[in-house]
Amino acid sequence: MMKFATLLRKPPEWMLLDGPHRDIVITSRVRLARNLDGPAFPGFAKKEDRTTVMQELQPVVEGLPEMKDGFSEDLGALDAIRKQVLVEKHLISREQAAKSGGSAAVINRDQSLSIMINEEDHLRMQSIRSGLDLRVAYAALDRVDEELDGLVKFAFHPRFGYLTACPTNLGTGMRASAMLHLPGLVLSEQVNQVIAAVNKIGLAVRGLYGEGTEALANLFQISNQHTLGEREAEIIARLERVIEQIINHERNARRKLVEDQPHKVLDHVGRAYAALRYAHILESKEALTQLSMLRLGSDLGILPSDLGRTIDTLLVEIQPAHLQINSQRKLGPEERDVLRAETLRQRLAGVPEPRPESLQPPVDPEPPVI
Amino acid sequence: MQCDVCKQNKATVFLTQIEKGKMQKVNLCEACAHTKGVADPKGFALVEMLHGFGHGEKVATQPQERTCPNCGMTQTTFRKTGRLGCGACYQTFGEGMDQLLKAMHKGVRHTGRVPAWAKVVGRDNDRVEDLRVRLEEAVAAERYEEAGRLRDEIRQLTPPETAV
Repeated sequence: MMKFATLLRKPPEWMLLDGPHRDIVITSRVRLARNLDGPAFPGFAKKEDRTTVMQELQPVVEGLPEMKDGFSEDLGALDAIRKQVLVEKHLISREQAAKSGGSAAVINRDQSLSIMINEEDHLRMQSIRSGLDLRVAYAALDRVDEELDGLVKFAFHPRFGYLTACPTNLGTGMRASAMLHLPGLVLSEQVNQVIAAVNKIGLAVRGLYGEGTEALANLFQISNQHTLGEREAEIIARLERVIEQIINHERNARRKLVEDQPHKVLDHVGRAYAALRYAHILESKEALTQLSMLRLGSDLGILPSDLGRTIDTLLVEIQPAHLQINSQRKLGPEERDVLRAETLRQRLAGVPEPRPESLQPPVDPEPPVI
Repeated sequence: MQCDVCKQNKATVFLTQIEKGKMQKVNLCEACAHTKGVADPKGFALVEMLHGFGHGEKVATQPQERTCPNCGMTQTTFRKTGRLGCGACYQTFGEGMDQLLKAMHKGVRHTGRVPAWAKVVGRDNDRVEDLRVRLEEAVAAERYEEAGRLRDEIRQLTPPETAV
């Protein structure tokens, strides 16, 4: 099995790949909630029953071909910082990180699949891909689901579908989401309108780390709210259509900004470059905002195009738990701000200065050849 | 047929009562019917009698709260937390669930993926579900002959150990 240190050092597969619409959609994720037929759900089960379920499920999940040479650990065996690192990498949920014994995380080697045992449900399985790639993300997870279906008996009702602890997940148990970078809509003050419209059609918009978190770094997570009454493929197709429209809005907003307010764009990118290259104290929020502007600069041709990937890595690396685990000690907030600035200076040291003359509006990607 | 109360005399009074969509049946002999006050249908509750209370006696305690037989989750806790305790809770607290689900979801019927085990029994379950609805309708409309036939059909399709 993979060690925690390896998991920490190895970049996830999605970061190394360029999925569709990678300039705007960072990742696509799909998760499925499943429970065993019979035992009480983790939140209501007695400790010994929870442990029994974990002891039954952990070896089964570890034994899946997809999970070969992966990471598998009892949450009780991980300290608070290590658990937080997994949250920052989007591999476990904040809810699971709050748990100790009787809960486990199994993650495959390339970190594209993670399976939480005894989170809110007996199984929460997640698949993550680069760019807008929900169908492929779902297909990978569907295979795992199918394999597990042959090994354990899932709680299921002919009318309600897969049974979950919370009725909001009932039916397919599926939550599909995409993480969108929308600086154009934020700078042109259109983002709230877009969020309101998306909410109106039964989709949810959340911040960087899910429910109840702020939309830092101009990153927005869009997901389905309904899990019952539609087939998995229908849910995904609908979500995909909406996301494609948002992508178009974002491209148009960027185009308009470049045409009408080029100095505003150049100013934001220039200041971001200066702050990230030369600052010595950077709070998390400021660092994330500046990284967002740097990414926009890269998308609009002012900065090297391959910078995007470094920025996506940094969005995770400058989070508190990552800073602390890399320095191998617990740090206070002020120390973290100093270390954050230092990390950014080092990692961005070779980036050439912005080139205002290269500013160009976004081009629509060529339609796929069918 | 024997009297359900004294378990001695021949039953001559047959009662059916529908409460909250559930059908209750009881068979009584003449003497027991009289002592239990069945002659006066007002104020007579079958449920109370089955619980051992006679006519005129009040149910002393609060009626037993609905509790999941599999995990022990109570209606109050479910209402408070919004979380169910286990899969069987969906059966226990199923009444009124549709209303809740309608507000949350696109529909109230699952149309997605089905686990292998449910595919095998799925067809029967769908049929049982359908028969149950028809049985309730038949009872409500007092079409007892049809109701009896439907009940027998349901029994045939649901052996006690796999009843859903």
